[in-house]
Amino acid sequence: MSTTTERPAAAATAAPGARPAKFRPRGESSPLSKALSHGVLILASLIALFPVGWILFVSLGPDKTDYLHPGEIFGKLTLSNYQHVLADTDFFTWFGNALLVSGITTVFGVLLAATTGYAVSRMKFPGHKPLMWSLLVTQMFPIAVLIVPMYTMLSELGLLDSYTGLILVYSTTTVPYCAWLLKGYFDTIPVEIDEAGRVDGLSPFGTFWRLVLPLARPGLAVAAFYSFLTYWAEVPFASTFMLSSDKYTLAVGLQSFVSEHDAQWNLMAATAVLIAIPSAAFFYLVQRHLVTGLTAGASKS
Amino acid sequence: MSVAVQGATGKGSRERDQRPGLLERLKRSYAKHWYAYAMIAPVVLVLGVLVFYPLVQGIWLTLTDANSLNVARKIGVNEIPASYQYVGFHNYADILWGPGSYDRFWSHFVWTIAWTVVCVCLHYTLGLGLAVLLNKKLRGRAAYRMLLILPWAVPTFVTVFSWRLMLSDGGVVNTMLSALHLPEPGWLTDPWAQKAAAILVNTWAGVPFMMISLLGGLQAIPAELYEAAEMDGATRWQQFRHITLPGLRSVSSTVVLLGVIWTFNQFNVIFLLFGKGAPDAQLLVTWAYRLAFGQIPQDFAQSASYGVILLSILIVFTAFYRRWLARNEQANG
Repeated sequence: MSTTTERPAAAATAAPGARPAKFRPRGESSPLSKALSHGVLILASLIALFPVGWILFVSLGPDKTDYLHPGEIFGKLTLSNYQHVLADTDFFTWFGNALLVSGITTVFGVLLAATTGYAVSRMKFPGHKPLMWSLLVTQMFPIAVLIVPMYTMLSELGLLDSYTGLILVYSTTTVPYCAWLLKGYFDTIPVEIDEAGRVDGLSPFGTFWRLVLPLARPGLAVAAFYSFLTYWAEVPFASTFMLSSDKYTLAVGLQSFVSEHDAQWNLMAATAVLIAIPSAAFFYLVQRHLVTGLTAGASKS
Repeated sequence: MSVAVQGATGKGSRERDQRPGLLERLKRSYAKHWYAYAMIAPVVLVLGVLVFYPLVQGIWLTLTDANSLNVARKIGVNEIPASYQYVGFHNYADILWGPGSYDRFWSHFVWTIAWTVVCVCLHYTLGLGLAVLLNKKLRGRAAYRMLLILPWAVPTFVTVFSWRLMLSDGGVVNTMLSALHLPEPGWLTDPWAQKAAAILVNTWAGVPFMMISLLGGLQAIPAELYEAAEMDGATRWQQFRHITLPGLRSVSSTVVLLGVIWTFNQFNVIFLLFGKGAPDAQLLVTWAYRLAFGQIPQDFAQSASYGVILLSILIVFTAFYRRWLARNEQANG
């Protein structure tokens, strides 16, 4: 059982119930409960960090079975895996493909979604409710129901094994979710701002473009982060629809290191680390906005 | 309630007594709402073309016996037309009560439900616990938050792969367990251990989203409420029970709903953790994917039928969940 993760749960939920000291300024906790909180948070951080650190560590071992005896890696730390991946494989092609597809999907998704989010946030119109409902329902589509017809549809249109095809497929989930998220964020921007804009003679589009959109930057950042992250290393669609190796995205290309006979886990690990770098960088850029951007979407559904 | 709408309403009410005909009403509705429609048009178009059309096609496929041997395809220069036939509801009947339906469908169904319930409960309790801790005045709060979000910042692909190395036979998890003289389950080979491993990995991956969402919710609860409660001598637990939980209700209801939907359809964790192995730990969604793309001949019709069944389960769940929420809201509001 997952004892490792259950432990913080018990401790964490118990913590608010910890016995309060009699007189203590508001918001201050007793030393004991403080120590306990730090303990739980440190433990949880370690658990959160460990797998990521582990793959970084394994990627520094030159042999493909090094992950089984990690102690030996210390003796032979090397960047040879990275060197091999960068120099002798199609890494940069795959990297470029993944960047292209997830980048365009992100821009496309956020731009398309923004106007809709604004419309459902500010305007009441016939069809408002069904639209909200269908944005939610699209979240529920299991890939199984869409992947087969999409496969046949793309092959009829000759879009199998093309960037356009993959971007279109990705848009099906990213656009509705972003619209939903952004609707929540727009809800938190006071309507008075729109009214002021209208009084000054801006059209609804003008209000949206000049006033609301700049204010919604944190929400846009979170939506962009979400869709970039989802598609940067997406596997099932990419591996089903991209057939030739020069069109592979990173996550698909990576699989070629682990064939039936020869599993090069060390190369996999190095590539995995390389994949994680751009998303971590993107994450670092938006993390300030994450709490506000996400909650706005969640709390005002 | 933007100004655009208000302006238009004024005009509409002036003319109301004339009892306009259908055409007139449509025209007026257009004049009133065209901004809204122009703004939602891109998304409606995307949903219509990219989601609705394939969905209809998918539903049609479930009523046929389409597989990779009888769909339209190209071999070299020859185009072979589709030769699959309409079979009515045969696929559904076969999945739900055909021969071997327990092994093919119901066992995965039970596991999928159990998986969803366990994962969402763990996500929520752990996420809430950590959010409460992060919401306290603690030194290094921002640093903790950064570290705890980390699993989320790294693509699932990478982290699940790392877990796979850690959980493999002789991997670091079992090495630690053996150092503690605990049993070493075959995480990636033994059916029960596989399920535990899948839940463990998914919990690890899903907590950050819950934590951040709930943290945002906690920060939105006015501090005066706690102040007042403390004046009245409420204990920490009472405050949590009567201020925190109700204050989080709207955030909770949304993240739980999204969590259920995402967990129920969770593809990556199972697919990447076990690859083609682990028939017992397959969720309905990965099983359906296998039917279409993991075997020969590829069974498109059955796979799509699984998809429709999954979608129906979720829609029914959501409808009930929303109704239940609305009732709760009334009872408490």
